[in-house]
Amino acid sequence: MGDSGKEMRNGNKGMKVGEKVRKGITYAGLGVWAVMVLFPFYWMILTSVKSYSEYNSEYVPKFYSNSPTMQNFLDAFSTVPLGRYLANTLLFTVITTAIMLFVVTLAAYGFARLSFPGKDLVFTCFLALMMIPNELVVITNFATITNLHMRNSFPGLILPSVTSVFYIYLLKENFAQVPDALYYAAKVDGTSDLKYLWKVMLPICRPTLITVGILKVIECWNSYVWPRLITDEEAYFLVSNGIQEIRENGFGRENVPAMMAAVVVISVPLVVLFLVFREKIMTGVSRGGTKG
Amino acid sequence: MEKNQYKGWLYLLPAALFLAAFLVYPLVDVFVYSMEEGYNFASQKSFGMGTYNFSYVLHDPYFLQAVKNTFLMVVITVPLSTGIALLISVGLSSITPLRKLFQTIYFLPYVTNTLAVGLVFMVLFKKTAYSDGLVNLLIGWFGGESVDFIDGPYPAKMFVMCLYVIWVVMPFKILLLTSAISSVNPNYYNAARVDGTSPFRIFYKITLPMISPTLFYLIITGFIGAFKEYSNAVALFGTDLNAAEMNTIVGYVYDMLYGDSGGYPSYASAAAIILFCIVLTITYINLTISKRHTYY
Repeated sequence: MGDSGKEMRNGNKGMKVGEKVRKGITYAGLGVWAVMVLFPFYWMILTSVKSYSEYNSEYVPKFYSNSPTMQNFLDAFSTVPLGRYLANTLLFTVITTAIMLFVVTLAAYGFARLSFPGKDLVFTCFLALMMIPNELVVITNFATITNLHMRNSFPGLILPSVTSVFYIYLLKENFAQVPDALYYAAKVDGTSDLKYLWKVMLPICRPTLITVGILKVIECWNSYVWPRLITDEEAYFLVSNGIQEIRENGFGRENVPAMMAAVVVISVPLVVLFLVFREKIMTGVSRGGTKG
Repeated sequence: MEKNQYKGWLYLLPAALFLAAFLVYPLVDVFVYSMEEGYNFASQKSFGMGTYNFSYVLHDPYFLQAVKNTFLMVVITVPLSTGIALLISVGLSSITPLRKLFQTIYFLPYVTNTLAVGLVFMVLFKKTAYSDGLVNLLIGWFGGESVDFIDGPYPAKMFVMCLYVIWVVMPFKILLLTSAISSVNPNYYNAARVDGTSPFRIFYKITLPMISPTLFYLIITGFIGAFKEYSNAVALFGTDLNAAEMNTIVGYVYDMLYGDSGGYPSYASAAAIILFCIVLTITYINLTISKRHTYY
């Protein structure tokens, strides 16, 4: 960058070369990071199609496979309960997201549309809750769920993660943008609040709802800490715990190709979701998502 | 409107109930736990109140190891990841062809299960009896000595850990920085170009001040996130992090709560509160610094 700057001051002829060099360096740098990001994915797919004997005979790992096989994927589903992990995760994700959308929508509507004494105070309190770190509350939640005998059960997994103050805030802001006139018109027509929410608000705010839903799905699919605390029976494992279990007791430590097949199976759904909803996810995250 | 009074509360009720049960009550309870000495999870009884739990945790070698690991990780990953993300974002903003493609690729780690991809990193870096692993092969090409990055010496393990953390946190930073850079008013650039300002000077005098709020936001959240690092360590080194010498403070909290060394919610609470104090202090320092240097 410094060099090209000097050349820029030297006049037009120098600038062209400098510009080209700078472009070249930029693309090279960006390319390097792209390879860094993609390489683990390439390696995981490559390893997953190598046969057990092929993988273990390569003291020096090869960058390609001579005889790709799908056997590892069959093993991943038959030797370890990968199908069960996936089904559990799907169920957990769908139910959690559905309940969360319900709870969050009602609260956001309450804050945005209805007026009642103490509303602003309650809203401020809600916002203050955003600052509580999960690490502080997880200890008591673990005790609560244990005392309610809900360990190794779906309610135990789901209940603590069905509210999010941040999403309430996000939706409330969106709801508040809907013109008041619509609400009064509906009131004059005798529409109930709930019907107004369902028939008018939700369709108008659908993009935000979808964004919130997708972000929650990603969060659920990747959640690890809470499921690990609350489940120790394999029948209730989600994919993150499943993959840890596979690593420690699964195929036997040396069957790396089968392990990688499981990793591919776990990673594919979210990558597909991302490629389909790319814009939505990226704008959603830049509006205030954080990792983990 | 009078009719609405109770109805409004009704809409908030589900959210309020869940928040009270799983956020407010636990927040109070964790301080109670941390003060109860000799609390037994089975009988739910304790000897009395005091600060013994804190002194136990602060003298526990595992905790001190976890603190050391966490601080090292924070000091290494936060500046590196923010710096590289800034470089990449500036690069991304200066090109037009292939930009969308690069952006899509860079975002991929955000949507992948970090536990799963951690296994790939482990395979890449691990040295087994069957193979030295790919990274050691590359090291060999450059004439280096092969190292086991997963079960080997401490610096090697720390290196993989930091590399993986950076790999995982990068998408979020790149995304926020590129959108911050693209929202800078182009008139500033045009004016600077007319004056013949060098690109480096343009970056330093225009881009950097204009994106400083985003940059500081990323640094602050980066610190907080790095202090709470846990699952990435599990992804690389397995669930027994104490044995691998790679435990983090959050890992220590969970180990105390549950698992082979678990069953001590009081120690876990004390450790969690210590972590919270560390994070608060660091965030306060960050905010103070950022107030002095941020341009709005």
